[in-house]
Amino acid sequence: MADREERRFAEVSRESVRLMAEGAGVELGDDVAALLAEDVCYRLREATQSSSQFMRHAKRRKLTVEDFNRALRWSNVEAICGYGAQDALPFRSVKEGELFFVEDRDVNLVELALATNIPKGCAETMVRVNVSYLDGKGNLEPQGTVPTAVQSLSDDLLKYYQQITRAILGEDPHLMKVKSVSHDLEQLNRLMHMVKSLVQNPYLYLGSYVRSLVSSVMYCILEPLAASINPLNDHWTLRDYAALLLSHIFWTHGDLVSGLYHQIVLSLQKVLSDPVRPLCSHYGAVVGLHALGWKAVERVLFPHLPAYWANLQAVLDDYSVSNAQVKADGHKVYGAILVAVERLLKMKALSLSQSAEGHAGAHPGSVVGAVSYRVNSPGLSPPPEPLSEAALGIASHLQVGGAGCHWEEWTPVPLPAMYCELYSFFGDSLAVRFSTGPGFGTHSPCTPSQLSNSRKEPPGPASNLDTTRKMPQLTANLNISPRQDGSPAVPRASSMQRSKSSSSCSRQRSAGLSREVFPKARFTSPQTTPPAFSFLIGGRQMGQRCQGRRPFQTMFATTPPVSAVPPRTYAHKLPVIGRVGKPVRRWTCSHYSLHLPLLCVCVCVSQTV
Amino acid sequence: MAAVQGGMSDADIETDIKTEPSTDGFGNNNANDGRVLSASPGSGSSTGSNKQTAAVTPEDQQTLLAVLQFLKKNKLIESVEILRREAGLPENSLDPKATESAGAGSGGAAGIVDLEGGDVSSLLSRVTGSSSAGAQAPTKAVAEDQPDVRVVLSAYSQQGDPTLYEVYYSDLKKFIETVLDCHRAELSQVFYPLFVHMYLELVYNNHESEAKAFFEKFSGDQECYYEEDLRVLSGLTKKEHMRGNETLLDFRTSKFVLRISRDSYQLLKRHLQERQNNQIWNIIQEHLYIDIFDGMPRSKSQIDAMSGSLAGEAKREANKTKVYYGLLKEPEIELPLDDEDEEAENEEGKPKKKKPKKDSMGSKSKKQDPNAPSQNRIPLPELKDSDKLDKIMYMKEATKRIRLGSDNLPSVCFYTFLNAYQGLTAVDFTDDSSLIAGGFADSTVRVWSVTPKKLRKVKSAADLNLIDKESDDVLERIMDEKTASESKIMYGHSGPVYGISFSPDRNYLLSSSEDGTVRLWSLLTFTCLVAYKGHNYPVWDTQFSPYGYYFVSGGHDRVARLWATDHYQPLRIFSGHLADITCTRFHPNSNYVATGSSDRTIRVWDVLSGNCVRIFTGHKGPIHSLAFSPNGKFLASGATDGRVLLWDIGHGLMVGELKGHTDTIYSLRFSRDGEILASGSMDNTVRLWDVMKAFDDLETDDFTAATGHIHLQDNSQELLLGTYTTKSTPVIHLHFTRRNLLLAAGAFNP
Repeated sequence: MADREERRFAEVSRESVRLMAEGAGVELGDDVAALLAEDVCYRLREATQSSSQFMRHAKRRKLTVEDFNRALRWSNVEAICGYGAQDALPFRSVKEGELFFVEDRDVNLVELALATNIPKGCAETMVRVNVSYLDGKGNLEPQGTVPTAVQSLSDDLLKYYQQITRAILGEDPHLMKVKSVSHDLEQLNRLMHMVKSLVQNPYLYLGSYVRSLVSSVMYCILEPLAASINPLNDHWTLRDYAALLLSHIFWTHGDLVSGLYHQIVLSLQKVLSDPVRPLCSHYGAVVGLHALGWKAVERVLFPHLPAYWANLQAVLDDYSVSNAQVKADGHKVYGAILVAVERLLKMKALSLSQSAEGHAGAHPGSVVGAVSYRVNSPGLSPPPEPLSEAALGIASHLQVGGAGCHWEEWTPVPLPAMYCELYSFFGDSLAVRFSTGPGFGTHSPCTPSQLSNSRKEPPGPASNLDTTRKMPQLTANLNISPRQDGSPAVPRASSMQRSKSSSSCSRQRSAGLSREVFPKARFTSPQTTPPAFSFLIGGRQMGQRCQGRRPFQTMFATTPPVSAVPPRTYAHKLPVIGRVGKPVRRWTCSHYSLHLPLLCVCVCVSQTV
Repeated sequence: MAAVQGGMSDADIETDIKTEPSTDGFGNNNANDGRVLSASPGSGSSTGSNKQTAAVTPEDQQTLLAVLQFLKKNKLIESVEILRREAGLPENSLDPKATESAGAGSGGAAGIVDLEGGDVSSLLSRVTGSSSAGAQAPTKAVAEDQPDVRVVLSAYSQQGDPTLYEVYYSDLKKFIETVLDCHRAELSQVFYPLFVHMYLELVYNNHESEAKAFFEKFSGDQECYYEEDLRVLSGLTKKEHMRGNETLLDFRTSKFVLRISRDSYQLLKRHLQERQNNQIWNIIQEHLYIDIFDGMPRSKSQIDAMSGSLAGEAKREANKTKVYYGLLKEPEIELPLDDEDEEAENEEGKPKKKKPKKDSMGSKSKKQDPNAPSQNRIPLPELKDSDKLDKIMYMKEATKRIRLGSDNLPSVCFYTFLNAYQGLTAVDFTDDSSLIAGGFADSTVRVWSVTPKKLRKVKSAADLNLIDKESDDVLERIMDEKTASESKIMYGHSGPVYGISFSPDRNYLLSSSEDGTVRLWSLLTFTCLVAYKGHNYPVWDTQFSPYGYYFVSGGHDRVARLWATDHYQPLRIFSGHLADITCTRFHPNSNYVATGSSDRTIRVWDVLSGNCVRIFTGHKGPIHSLAFSPNGKFLASGATDGRVLLWDIGHGLMVGELKGHTDTIYSLRFSRDGEILASGSMDNTVRLWDVMKAFDDLETDDFTAATGHIHLQDNSQELLLGTYTTKSTPVIHLHFTRRNLLLAAGAFNP
């Protein structure tokens, strides 16, 4: 055939025709076969064309075997039976013979007839009515289950959507909203993971959808979920994860959510200042604030602390059995606040030192105590940790751009004053934590002796920074402050015990999950060493930790900014780390799950003592 | 026609045009049904003109003779006698030849023709172009089943040098490309028909390779909307294939109509005569109908708006007949102010009560619409008491109707057919929206009640005897409570049910099917009453007249039939479409029928005469939905090309184009007061269009009306009032309730 190359249509070759003829017992000449082949092609095309008409009138897009048979019947050709099934026919080839055939499996009729599982008849055809559109607008749930927003998606995105929903929701199509699944932590966790993958997908422009994502994340952080009624449910982890997600969203999509920052801070603040809310909500608020960066903590949590402290203290001081659960929650919140505050102090000190560094040449003798808000622009402060800096940068940007006027009214509390105040609440536990921060940040090896002494000189390691000249001042301030403020005796004492027992506990169940550790810790605590030793142990501990962390630290520096490693793995591998300013993205999970139980344990110890 | 083309100097064309209608009639009638000729002779003559009676009469006689010849050959002596008597032909006009042919056998047929000389052979030779070919044609034709096919095809037997076809064509192409811009668009119309005819000529004369080369070279130049036809054409490479190919026959039996301004036409003619390009000139003369008009040549967009149909544009005369598009006067019905009504009204408050009623009555009692046909032009059934009650209900509902507009869009309710694995193919609602019926591909017809009122059968005859026939609630008593159910299934068809229609009184249901029948079902007994057999091929659509009693059906056999429910044979046969009739609609005044077809034209037929009174061209794909506006003035049509076109029936003009859908439009419906047009499509959307604006914007100056050259603005986006999507349900039916709530229906397609 000369016209073989054009291939406008499917063609039946001469050879096929001859094979068919042979099958029917007829020998065909070459030219006869060619003529026949051509005619067969033409007739096939004709039949196809007329069968498409049947398809159109059946108001379908898919041409079926039935349509083709109808076309054949109307042109007085025998219809082809046996291919009416809806499913696709597998088309197999035999390599040797260049033969293609439709696989025709044997059906065991006996088996079919005696089968016990009688197939259900298909459901009855029926008509269902729903009001799709009222007055031409206001789309009530459009027929079916797909929300409106989804319908505007392109084909590819729609497929993506379907994949996601199937992956997350499994078979249940009704779980479209976060609220409806608040009883199921598993689902919520999966949802949060989905949000994370959405956020991390570089090929997806989320646009205004970020807002709705953020709101569902906020929901997970703040709401007193139905699941949190049962103490066995690990809703804390969910909150941690959601908070981590929040910071991640702000970090990667800062441009999209810039308007939201202030709104979120306000809502967190509202939750925090509402004493009626359950402690888990407060916890969420604190974690959320922490996630938004230390500036947010300074701005909201710090001023609120005195008022809030009273409430928390009341909870923690209530030793009644009925209060046990609430108190446990209270410890959780306490721990969260502690971490947030600690970080705040650290970052503050860091920014101080850096701003001082930045302006050292111009004002060599300037007093650093009166810190101004110079660190605002991220460009001025080359960060020791790229990740936290990014978060910081965005936060500061938001403060300036998003709600500038509001922020200006707020006068920053100088670091020493802040430290004093915080120390009045947290006592020694705070000091210990603070001391480690800068040392970690500057990679300076902290000798055990240095650390053991550094309880009263928390920023000691900070002197490793270039600004040695300034540091004594700072140190002096801080040294004086705890004594000056005359913090109440009881918290101080307990804080000492806390730090002691925390060390012991951290050794015992360093890798434990918070929930498991929690109840057991009570039994282990009485066996801990007397309070007098707590100090030294703590110090030694710090030293060990510091050294132990160093390889870890270097390892971190090399990791890419967006690491795919789930935070949880760190929590297991590196039990004792996590006090200090690790990259924002990671600390939430590893941190809290580890040290919060420890704190609770500490308090138990203090009670027993 | 003579008036229009009076100034034309070319005598060839003049005669050609005159003879054309008779060929048309000959071809069509024979192809369809012997009965057509006597039953509705109008269908043939409708395409042409009856003005030149002097010229037509001998032609008719020739046609008759040809038919007689054919009948005789097939030994249908009785028919010959009857036809001859009816036509008033002398007995000897055929008798001597008949005896001769009987003696000479098949070979004698040629002799007959020769003897006939001026009669039959002249008719045939005109088509074939050479007398020798003409002489052979009838013998072959008689031997074949489809004599006309052969005759038509043999027109291609004239030989030209196959290698020169390309030269001719490209020569013309070059010429047209170099003419002034204003003429180029018009002359470019010639390309497509010329291309097709030249290609077919090559194929017919067995120049396969030349034909292929020709196709390869020039098929790319054709307008994109001919793509579908070109695909069919490209598959056709053998002379044998041409026989029995419907698309091809359509092309052959009809002349491709072009509308060209006089100036452009003169240019073309001069060029062809200068070049001695006889091949092309012959084709133009024989196969094209050039409708010449005086005035400015049309622009490309104007041409594109109107072209696209299988046989070119409509001739202007085809749309000149007066159409009585006005509505019939409603019968005066006293609105009984019964207590129930009074109470209902009282609740709403007294002052409201009178006003709307006065208005509705006032509009009814107005004088007769000047554009309306006389009340009894088509005999309509008497109103029964139940009909009057229904009318009263209708009026009551109408007073509560929501006035729709661009700022007040209707609510949409979607009726989803679930578990319709057997394939939903047709849907209809009753006018009062109480019942919904679905036709399915598994040959069933199902009816659902969409109100709480269940469907009940009438009791059996034995039980009916027991009923007290004097009681007031006898209508209630005859129903069998035991059979009450939400839906009923009706079996009877043996193929997919493609069309479905409720009677206005809700007592009957019509369904048309692939099995070639239209069935009438009773909704009282849920049984089949009649199967109307007439279409021997799939029947794609059927619809009841708005006054009941009559109904129309159309299908694959390319004719639409008008039936009355109490006649088992059709009352009218509307023939003229060149391809399947895909949808049929009654005009609100029941005097006209509109049909849409796969030949991409819409025709409007007069029920009284059976004539085609309007041909609308402009769609680029098969038409799948039609809707008349409630005032009867406008027609909307939707096609596979995803466009809705609006037509002014009175002027025979296209008045709007609504673009937006991306797939076949299967459903169109005007709101009850005609303000809004809803279109439902395969693309899973319902769109609403502000047609009032489209009609208002219309510039109806006399020139446009006279020439039919329309300027369409591209304002679809302004006219689109809303797009409503379903999840995965093609919208195959739309319906406005009496209060203007929009109901849509379709089968969920997961």
